[in-house]
Amino acid sequence: MTIAVAPGAVELHHIVKQFSADGPIVLDDVSLSVKPGEFVSLVGASGCGKSTLLNILAGLESPTSGVVNLAGPPALMFQEAALMPWLTAGKNVELALGLGGVPRVQRKARAQELLELVHLENSYDQRPHELSGGMRQRVAIARALAQSRSVLLMDEPFAALDAITRDFLHEELSRIWKETGITIIFVTHNVREAVRLSERVLLMSSRPGRFIKEWEIGSNEPWRSDSTFSSYVSELAGEITDNLRREIVRHAS
Amino acid sequence: MPVETGTQEVPAGGGKDLDLKRLESGLDALETPAHVKRNIKGYFFSLLSPLIAIAAVLVIWQIVIWLQWQPDYIIPSPRDVWDALGRQVEQQILWASTFNSIRRAAQGFIIALIVATPIGVALGLNKTLRSIFGPLLTGLQQLPSVAWVPAAIIWFGLSDATIYTVVLLGAVPSIAIGLMSGIDQIPSIILRAGQVLGATGFNRVRQIILPAAWPGYLAGLEQGWAFSWRSLMAAELIAVSPALGPGLGQMLDNGRSLGDMALVLGSIFMILFVGVLIERLIFAPLRKRTLQNRGLLR
Repeated sequence: MTIAVAPGAVELHHIVKQFSADGPIVLDDVSLSVKPGEFVSLVGASGCGKSTLLNILAGLESPTSGVVNLAGPPALMFQEAALMPWLTAGKNVELALGLGGVPRVQRKARAQELLELVHLENSYDQRPHELSGGMRQRVAIARALAQSRSVLLMDEPFAALDAITRDFLHEELSRIWKETGITIIFVTHNVREAVRLSERVLLMSSRPGRFIKEWEIGSNEPWRSDSTFSSYVSELAGEITDNLRREIVRHAS
Repeated sequence: MPVETGTQEVPAGGGKDLDLKRLESGLDALETPAHVKRNIKGYFFSLLSPLIAIAAVLVIWQIVIWLQWQPDYIIPSPRDVWDALGRQVEQQILWASTFNSIRRAAQGFIIALIVATPIGVALGLNKTLRSIFGPLLTGLQQLPSVAWVPAAIIWFGLSDATIYTVVLLGAVPSIAIGLMSGIDQIPSIILRAGQVLGATGFNRVRQIILPAAWPGYLAGLEQGWAFSWRSLMAAELIAVSPALGPGLGQMLDNGRSLGDMALVLGSIFMILFVGVLIERLIFAPLRKRTLQNRGLLR
């Protein structure tokens, strides 16, 4: 599956966000450039404004100043699957297709394809409450992909899942990212998760939120499935965690 | 940004991928709750259990009759009431009255539904409108709609318009308030998800707001039906005219004017019976299905 992505899928120029004129600065001069098809993770402690940044990218909030450049509106996934409880898994995907303008006659087949992509081909008629947390989150991935957007924003999508399920979903997401070529901006508290999944990791400071350091991991494919990769992940995760802790200690009284 | 299909099929037998797929389907199976078999016996019991209450009432009633505590023109026996209803059947009044009343209530209810839904949506979504009109709506809901009967008779005379006016004023506030509180109870994550999916305007109302608010809306509809039915009975009792055709309220008033206590009680039972029937046949299954679909049934 190829997705036509305009060059520079995501560009943020000097974003500043303050919720009120005399309130604290949540985001302070944040600039970011994400290449089409790139997988970028944002890591930071609480109060770094990650969620505010995603909301600005998703168009749910507007920045106090600065420029957001996006090829089109992005898809957004939350920590909760946020499936519509009155619809089956398949109909949830179809809802996104319908709102995205896919003609009615094509929706069912397309929804089934997307469910196959997340390995839920037998769950079309199941309702959200009949699915496990991991399955719900996979339906949410299918629904996000149904929107045919060139950018997918993920706000700690696996934070509420157990370790085994999260592990599977990491592999699942890597595979889907490669198959679709979609640009992913992934926000997480989990440093290992960020290193394992992404090509680039950005560390944010807290109060105010800023990018303070960046690690390039690259996407050299054979290397990622190599046995040395997991030791590299541990090592880099350790380094990033050190930086993160230093940033947290800065706020100690 | 058109998405090309076709190339996204899961690669057939792609070694590592297949492993993940099998692992995942194993995990899915483990984490999905085992299906609970439906209990047929329990279903029949829940269907027939109201009959126990009816039987108990009949037994106590018959005992009171046997005690000869009051003369039969004050408390007629179950048998007298049954015969009174039988006479109405013979005169072709009972079924005509029942169906005519149900038809009126149903028509009034459907009009109320059409009127109340946009009101409920508007007040549910717009805080300003709600602060202006909300108290009025609550007040109207508190007001017994039978209070409108004299006014409606002055405006419309003894006509169907009078009856529908009273039914509407009874049902509209309940339905609108039910829908409003249903909208209040929508989790904000659902609204955000709808926003991210690009649901706006009419699509948002039809595909997100109304289905998400449905449990509260349904409760409002149920109450709205109850208010339609009781408003209709009040209107039929007060606005009696041959021009209006038969109705259970008229039948009840007829019993009163003839001093026929058996007919009065029989009419009351018919009114009660229709209410229970509609609840059991329409609202109870709807409510059950709603809870089942959303995994809320305990």
